[in-house]
Amino acid sequence: MSVWIAVLATALGCYALKFAGLVAPQSVLDDPRVRRFTELVPVALLTALIAVQAFADGRSLEFDPARVAGLGAAVAALLLRAPFLVVLGVAAATAAGLRLLGV
Amino acid sequence: MANTRTDGDAAGAPSGDARSAAIRDGLGVGVAVGVSGLAFGAAAVTAGLTVAQACVLSLLAFTGASQFALAGVVGGGGGLVAGSLGAVLLGGRNALYGLRLARTLDVRGWRRPLAAQVVIDETTAVATAQPDKASARAGFYTTAITLYVAWNVTTLVGAVGAGRIGDPDALGLDVLGPAAFLALLWPRLTAGRTEARVALAAAAVALATTPLLPPGVPVMLAAVAALPALLRREKSA
Repeated sequence: MSVWIAVLATALGCYALKFAGLVAPQSVLDDPRVRRFTELVPVALLTALIAVQAFADGRSLEFDPARVAGLGAAVAALLLRAPFLVVLGVAAATAAGLRLLGV
Repeated sequence: MANTRTDGDAAGAPSGDARSAAIRDGLGVGVAVGVSGLAFGAAAVTAGLTVAQACVLSLLAFTGASQFALAGVVGGGGGLVAGSLGAVLLGGRNALYGLRLARTLDVRGWRRPLAAQVVIDETTAVATAQPDKASARAGFYTTAITLYVAWNVTTLVGAVGAGRIGDPDALGLDVLGPAAFLALLWPRLTAGRTEARVALAAAAVALATTPLLPPGVPVMLAAVAALPALLRREKSA
């Protein structure tokens, strides 16, 4: 299988999944418990994504001090009610700064 | 909790502030996360994809995790069939996002297949962080357009300049994605005990299963953390 076929198959598959969710019969959401579930799904998936992006590399868990410190700085900025872009700036600057120092 | 009751708010009349806040969120996420396209473009070409293949992935697949996964498999010499399947599986969460967003977006006709293309982590995060339907939509489309443009332009730049760009990690760019998601989720994590519990359980499930399962599956599996909502009788939302 050529790389082009893999690229197009991946693109098609990814699109099909996005479309499927949007056109799925909304009657499944009539049950309040199902609705509550779909309200919480983004919280679960996005937190899982944060955890994996922070502490994993492929299939191995890893602890990258600079990256974790960057996210810690983001949490500190959020606790101080910093605006969104400041949170991102602080996070990236902390990670970059620590790496510059060889951490 | 402000963002659990969105259904009755049809016009969103009193929410001019909320709407501009949503647009600001969208622009911020779009630009900040869009920059990561540099990393993808560079990674893809380094892995052996052509510039055109990297760009087509960003234009058509347009879901970062899946794109990185496919590039990783190509670079590692893995099987392309399994690699494509894995990359598509990684996109599985977008279907759940679509299910959640369908009612908020309420798109019909020719717009629906277009909107589907931009149902991804970032747009969902911004949309679900808004207090009412009108600002959720504003946030969704602002994020979608900004991110789509930024992601595709930076993919091209990264792909063409691969090798000349230094390590994106040195600039801390790898922290932007998780930090953006954290900032968007923050109000929900700190406002409701249920949300915080679901979040902790989800992180634990994902990390515990990461060494055991192919990349992408642990994040999907973390959806089980939201399952208790199905079992419990509706309280007061």
